[in-house]
Amino acid sequence: MSNKTADCSVEKLTTGIPGFDLIAVGGLPIHRTTLMAGTAGSGKSVFAAQYLAEGIKQWDQAGVFVTFEESPEDIRRNMFSLGWDIPAWEAEGKWVFVDASPYYDDDTLITGSYDLGALLVRLKYAIGKVKASRVAIDSLGAIFSQFQETRMIRLELLRIAKAMNAMQVTTVMTTEREHEYGNIARFGVEEFVADNVIILRNSLDDQIRHRTIEILKFRGTYHHKGEYPFTVVPDEGLVVVPLSAIKLNQQSSDLRVSSGNAMLDEMCGGGIFRDSITLASGATGTGKTLMVTEFIAGGVNSGERCLLLAFEESREQLYRNAKGWGVDFQKMEESGALNIVSAYPENATLEDHLATIKHQIERFKPDRLALDSISALERITSAKGFREFVIGIASFVKAHQLAALFTATTPDLIGGVSVTDAHISTLTDSIVLLRYVEIEDQIRRAITVLKMRGSMHEKLIREFTIDGQGMHIGQTFGYHANLLGGGIGSAFKNSDPCLNWQPKPSNNEQLKP
Amino acid sequence: MDKYHLKLYVTGKTPRSESAIQNLRKICEENLDQKYEIEIIDILERPQLAEDERILATPTLIKSLPPPLRRLIGDLSETEKVLLGLDIRTSKSSLNPI
Repeated sequence: MSNKTADCSVEKLTTGIPGFDLIAVGGLPIHRTTLMAGTAGSGKSVFAAQYLAEGIKQWDQAGVFVTFEESPEDIRRNMFSLGWDIPAWEAEGKWVFVDASPYYDDDTLITGSYDLGALLVRLKYAIGKVKASRVAIDSLGAIFSQFQETRMIRLELLRIAKAMNAMQVTTVMTTEREHEYGNIARFGVEEFVADNVIILRNSLDDQIRHRTIEILKFRGTYHHKGEYPFTVVPDEGLVVVPLSAIKLNQQSSDLRVSSGNAMLDEMCGGGIFRDSITLASGATGTGKTLMVTEFIAGGVNSGERCLLLAFEESREQLYRNAKGWGVDFQKMEESGALNIVSAYPENATLEDHLATIKHQIERFKPDRLALDSISALERITSAKGFREFVIGIASFVKAHQLAALFTATTPDLIGGVSVTDAHISTLTDSIVLLRYVEIEDQIRRAITVLKMRGSMHEKLIREFTIDGQGMHIGQTFGYHANLLGGGIGSAFKNSDPCLNWQPKPSNNEQLKP
Repeated sequence: MDKYHLKLYVTGKTPRSESAIQNLRKICEENLDQKYEIEIIDILERPQLAEDERILATPTLIKSLPPPLRRLIGDLSETEKVLLGLDIRTSKSSLNPI
């Protein structure tokens, strides 16, 4: 299995770090050195270690880890919690340390001119010993404090970068920065490995740690610009979320599939994208499970494999519900096109659920995935844990190019946004709102496409009804204002501007960008 | 007086390596009166030895005996520092004999 990607003139090395290769359009420039700069605790060391770990796990590529700061013993212990058994890899000759951490056993005295020739010799020796194709150097700041001749060290690091290039290994060097925004790195390190620079940030917004990764430059090749969120997941390591507008590759992002409802497809501008995540949000009974049923039926009818993860209802209940709308889940499961996995949220931790979901996706290899409901999982964890779970599943779904539909239950019957929506709306590509509205003395149902990344979509709020054939989306409500706030006469209770817009006083279907 | 065990790690036969070797020989001859053993290690030929001693910079001189272990980095051109580093002289004051 080759993991080299051709991309104009510069070949890339697929790192295997979840999500990273997508924003890097293939991976790291091969046989080059990439500088990874970040403040303390930004995840540099994890990235460096994971870069080697994924190479070993996925492609049997050996790696050399040069440590300037922590002892190999500390690294072995720290990384074990992320599921990487470094001692086992060392025994197999897949991972080798070059221990350049400071000496503690004696005093070191400088007695004249010197260079770091020994470091280079040891590095080359280690590369030769395990036939390494990946090198991680972590982190440069420590060597600048160990030997104070900044200029000499910079020249030596340049020499190392050139030697790595000549030996055809792909290198990640990490280095410290003092502030999240400003100079790239301390000691002007970026000047000698200026070709490829990545920045890791760990900033505090609204008392929530927000980790992001940004590729600043890749000389001579493409990458996606801007900051992308990432998280560090136990037993997995760093997971980058390739949000949104990223085109995974040209074919897939333009490919639309049916949501299972012709009118909803029309509202979305011709169907949903194959590798996108749609969030259907609504109060209990608004029709979320019906939407899931139609989404699954639409998939199965066009020959796709579908995986339904149910956290609210048992298989039997789902069979019964679907039958009520004219869909035979049982037959679909028997034919092998559908796989329903039903679980109680409380039966496992969120991390375990994530692992199970990934396992199911890898085993069943579905084309589409429905999760009903994601808010049921929110009960069992903290806000932070939930966000990381959603990031984890979102990146996995993207990497496998699935069409996914998640449902979220809003707590208020009329109007309202749920905490879930606020948490995960930025992580999904499309949002469909299902709402009860109160008009005159009736409760009616409304549907609207709130957002759809990378596409035109209809901005109307339409009425829909549910019967034995499923969901029927009809016309708009006419001149009424504040439908999503709960209908006529109800106060504006949301600060979310998206939820307070006025529908167009017209029945003409309009597509707006 | 205990015998000095000195290992000098160099990277190839560069001018800096040569001057480190010469400086070391001279200092030993003038100060240690035959009671020393020098081993020159070219790490280009024996990289595992550099790995074992975790050498980063060259030239590096390691004094393993008498204790304590000392590590001196550089071409040993600063003689006074070398003498201090090898515990041949314990302080500046002893530089001026009475």
